Amino acid sequence: MLLADDEKAMLDGAGGAAKQKAMELLVRYAEALGAERFVDTSNIAGVPGSSTLFLKKYFEEHSGDGSFEAVFSLYDLDAGQILPVPGAAANCCHLQGGMDLEHWAELGMSREAMEHQREDEAALGRHGVRIMKTCTPYLAGNLPVKGEHCAWMESSAVVYCNSVIGARTNTEGRESTSAAMLTGKIPDWGFHREEYRHATHRVIVDTPVASVMDWGMLGYFIGGAVEEEIPVITGAIAGADPLCHKHLGAAVASSGGVEMYHIEGVTPEAATLEQALGGRKPLVTIQYGSEERRRVYETLNANGHDPNVDYVMLGCPHASIEQFREVARLLDGRKIKTHLWMFTSRAVKSVADISGFTKQIEDAGAVVMTDTCSSIARAVPKGTKVAALDSAKQVHYLPAMTGVQAWFGTTEDCIHAALTGRWAGELR
Amino acid sequence: MIVLRGRGIVGGCAEGEALVTRETISGWGGIDPMTGTVIETRHELHGQSFKDKVLVFPGAKGSSGWSNAFHMTRLTKSAPLAMVFNKMTTKIALGAVVTRVPAVTQLDRDPLSVIETGDWVKVDGDRGVVEVTKRR
Repeated sequence: MLLADDEKAMLDGAGGAAKQKAMELLVRYAEALGAERFVDTSNIAGVPGSSTLFLKKYFEEHSGDGSFEAVFSLYDLDAGQILPVPGAAANCCHLQGGMDLEHWAELGMSREAMEHQREDEAALGRHGVRIMKTCTPYLAGNLPVKGEHCAWMESSAVVYCNSVIGARTNTEGRESTSAAMLTGKIPDWGFHREEYRHATHRVIVDTPVASVMDWGMLGYFIGGAVEEEIPVITGAIAGADPLCHKHLGAAVASSGGVEMYHIEGVTPEAATLEQALGGRKPLVTIQYGSEERRRVYETLNANGHDPNVDYVMLGCPHASIEQFREVARLLDGRKIKTHLWMFTSRAVKSVADISGFTKQIEDAGAVVMTDTCSSIARAVPKGTKVAALDSAKQVHYLPAMTGVQAWFGTTEDCIHAALTGRWAGELR
Repeated sequence: MIVLRGRGIVGGCAEGEALVTRETISGWGGIDPMTGTVIETRHELHGQSFKDKVLVFPGAKGSSGWSNAFHMTRLTKSAPLAMVFNKMTTKIALGAVVTRVPAVTQLDRDPLSVIETGDWVKVDGDRGVVEVTKRR
């Protein structure tokens, strides 16, 4: 690898032992990728030093120390020894976590786990990390600019960052983002490079894509069809707001490994089809019509059998402020018969609180939570057998993570299920 | 014995029975890191564990928790013995590095065509060599 002077200095220990170990890990990672150099980054989204009780206790037992610094050294940096961890060298935010600190008991978490999370957050703050606790940092105050080199985790945020904003990030992991937090470096590979960002697959849409459910289904279809390649979406598709992109991106990164998509005439690197494709012809052209739409709907409802719903989960990826207003409007002052949990970031929740949306939703009998979701926390209301979801991503993960049945439909279908206890969704 | 040559991305040697899939694997939400079992409901390896097997697969997909999930299998002693894969991604590069098992990619023949589940496979991550002894 070609190392810059500051990188060599960190490898030689000039910035202290933790930065040295962070650079060593980044070099192992960059060499595995075949990267030739690093880029500088000052926008990192990760989960530095966070630990479940399992991880904390593992290191208490095996290394005699389960503190933030121990977990950060031994696990995040894979350093083999516990080191003093300096503050973040680059802007770094913490993504989603394990529980809502207010509603932890409803999530089935122990007081011990909750107190451990509070300690982790205090340590994060001391290390200069912004505690956003969300899978949607772009809705909570971390909005990079076009072309900016980032080091983000969270597949749905990564695809948003590349596709919608035109900033540049690979799907980073816990260890690489924590190492970047100390060094401000990430391998110059993949989506950091212009030539890597062109589409290889063309998707022609010839059926209307309107609701959040529709955008999720289109994404789920594309992810399954192109796997980890880059699609350019063309055809009967218009009017995507940030909410639609949030659901499209989350779905393409669940059924497949898509880290960037283009939409002809819409996304920043796809002013024309030719630009999106980098002047080449697509390797594969795929149609998405009403038949494909029907099939993906059936796939996403394959785990739904019993129409008696006992849990509705909204907010995957974390709900936007517009979704709060929509849910409050759909509930319309009525009481729900099932459990309804709605997940969001602390930033969006504070706006929803001030706007009165949270109260309207809670008055119906729902619980608004931050930081996590049912899949991340592996938590559903006690006794849940059948869930109803409006997120293709959540329906992909939740049955596997928790063993519940799950229905997939529009937000309206989900609210109807919450109000009646029955699933009545169908493809319209 | 069949010998495949490629690029080692994590050093070391390991050998054992192969577990082969033609489907990419999700880390977080796709495997149970406590047991090394694939839990993705529609995956062809659903319910099977890669613990103490040489995992032969196209590559990684899904959540950015991929490296964390495989890193955890190292702690729970449920990690695969080695990884042989085709498609390089950041998920798999970082995941292999922190799982600290021998890993080889860019082989001169498609390992998914050559290796079948149950074959005995020796992975040399230092030299980038995979030796396959067919079960029958």
